[in-house]
Amino acid sequence: MDLIEIRWHGRGGQGVVTASELFAEAAMQDGNYIQAFPEFGPERMGAPIKAFTRICPTPITIHSQVYTPNIVVVLDPTLLGSVDVTQGLGTDGILIVNTPKDAKEIATMLGYAGRLYTLDATKIALETIGRPVANTACAGALVKVSGLVSMDNMMAATKEKFREKLSEKAVLANIETIRKAYEEVSV
Amino acid sequence: MAKPMALSGNFAAAYATKQINPHVVAAYPITPQTLMMEKFSEYVANGEVDTELVCVESEHSAMSACIGAAAAGGRVITSTAANGLALMFEVVYIAASLRLPITMCVMNRALSGPINIHGDHSDSMGTRDSGWIQIFNENAQEVYDTMFQAVRIGEHKDVMLPVMVNFDGFITSHKFERVDTLDDAAVRDYVGTYTPEHSLLDTEDPVTYGPLDLFDYYFEHKRQQVDAMRNALPVAREVLTSYARETGQNEYDIIEAYHLDDADVAIVALSSTAGTAKFVVDRMRAEGKKVGLLKIRLFRPFPVEAVREALAGVKQVAVLDRSDSFGAYGGPVFAEVRNALYDAESRPGIVDYIYGLGGRDINAVDIEGVYNRMLSASGRMAGDVQYLGVRGD
Repeated sequence: MDLIEIRWHGRGGQGVVTASELFAEAAMQDGNYIQAFPEFGPERMGAPIKAFTRICPTPITIHSQVYTPNIVVVLDPTLLGSVDVTQGLGTDGILIVNTPKDAKEIATMLGYAGRLYTLDATKIALETIGRPVANTACAGALVKVSGLVSMDNMMAATKEKFREKLSEKAVLANIETIRKAYEEVSV
Repeated sequence: MAKPMALSGNFAAAYATKQINPHVVAAYPITPQTLMMEKFSEYVANGEVDTELVCVESEHSAMSACIGAAAAGGRVITSTAANGLALMFEVVYIAASLRLPITMCVMNRALSGPINIHGDHSDSMGTRDSGWIQIFNENAQEVYDTMFQAVRIGEHKDVMLPVMVNFDGFITSHKFERVDTLDDAAVRDYVGTYTPEHSLLDTEDPVTYGPLDLFDYYFEHKRQQVDAMRNALPVAREVLTSYARETGQNEYDIIEAYHLDDADVAIVALSSTAGTAKFVVDRMRAEGKKVGLLKIRLFRPFPVEAVREALAGVKQVAVLDRSDSFGAYGGPVFAEVRNALYDAESRPGIVDYIYGLGGRDINAVDIEGVYNRMLSASGRMAGDVQYLGVRGD
């Protein structure tokens, strides 16, 4: 496996940066080298933001921004009309979008010919966590679609990451979200 | 046994500081340094360190508190960035001239104005003549390891100088990377117990710090400071090159030569940009292009001979400077490297590219462009100063 670059799109407050870190930390459990970083700019609640994850089995030396991602994950469907989410994404790439719409409709809307997967991550989060935070559901979908990390490592990373910040109940709800998203996204 | 952790540069510095467990930390928050001190404050509040954390009202006071604590014989760590370093400028010089081995992280950030919070090297370069040892770090792993090395170098009895641990604001300070960490006992063994040569609290052997020192002795004291800085070079080399053997961590040195042996052209860079240049070198080497990189880790004292040796045989050099020196002939790194090459047996051509001011991103395409310009130049490129990635040039 060569260097994999992932770009996450969302809005300030949706846990975009957390998702980029969580997925990186899960990949690190397999012995990979990782980077996770936000687009460095003013972060305001509700404003479009990006975050990035790099994963590689050997040390990662590149420190520029990500220009040609292999994978793009869109946490918020309302960005689709205003942010160019496929920028730099080749047709050999992967696009995951949180939306109740089906993949064909999104592919037509974006004019994207590569592999595209959709899931209603917000609905899953409402059912499991009780709040419309789509970050962990999207990360769960990415586990399945990308095959880059194992579900066991994703669970372990989730427990580790949220242990101090969230209640045990909330940690379990996030794990349930990841599991559900993993099952619901069809590959 | 090293344990991989996902840490930002700031958290790597905070975690290393926790493991060093210094007597005193005094600091004032400033972006992009704040998260290091926030994290360290947590360690203090949780009782995980014995450190006396002094929360001061400015960077000038932070360094002043560090000076007092270090003069009293304490092991002392602080951190700042950009305007914070500028505000402590006066006392930065005093820390060095009093020969106090303070360790200070500087999360390199552009100086105002206009106001900018992002990464460039203008802050630390402004203090390059202050008498501090300066080490520039490529990534969070280097930041982590360098914290321990800095303590050993600064406290060495032939040196006794403060050490600045530099890393790129946001690019390194805020990016999470895999960092292979040592366990606490290994760090304790490595840094050892600090036994200062002198201490203000040692009433059996009283000393004076900071008295008036006019034309009778000031010059001699400055001359001793020069000697200390000269000693720092072999001491730093010894500490860095023995680090892997002592800890089982990565190999380090005062410079890093990357594919330079048979290189026709080379880039010289500091910090995270050296990493991106390695990525480009790998790619171009795969195409059979003879390109190399010289990463300078120790900038003060400047490793003149190591730089000259590393670049021997290279036909053309491009220096990448992430700060400018207004009115000078090129940026600070260019001036040093060009100076070092003056006595080389065969001097390569050398050009300077000022880049990335205020955090402007430098990517693989930019760096590949610099290599390609060198490779396609007919004869030596003229010794001039250009600007990379700026509009209007």
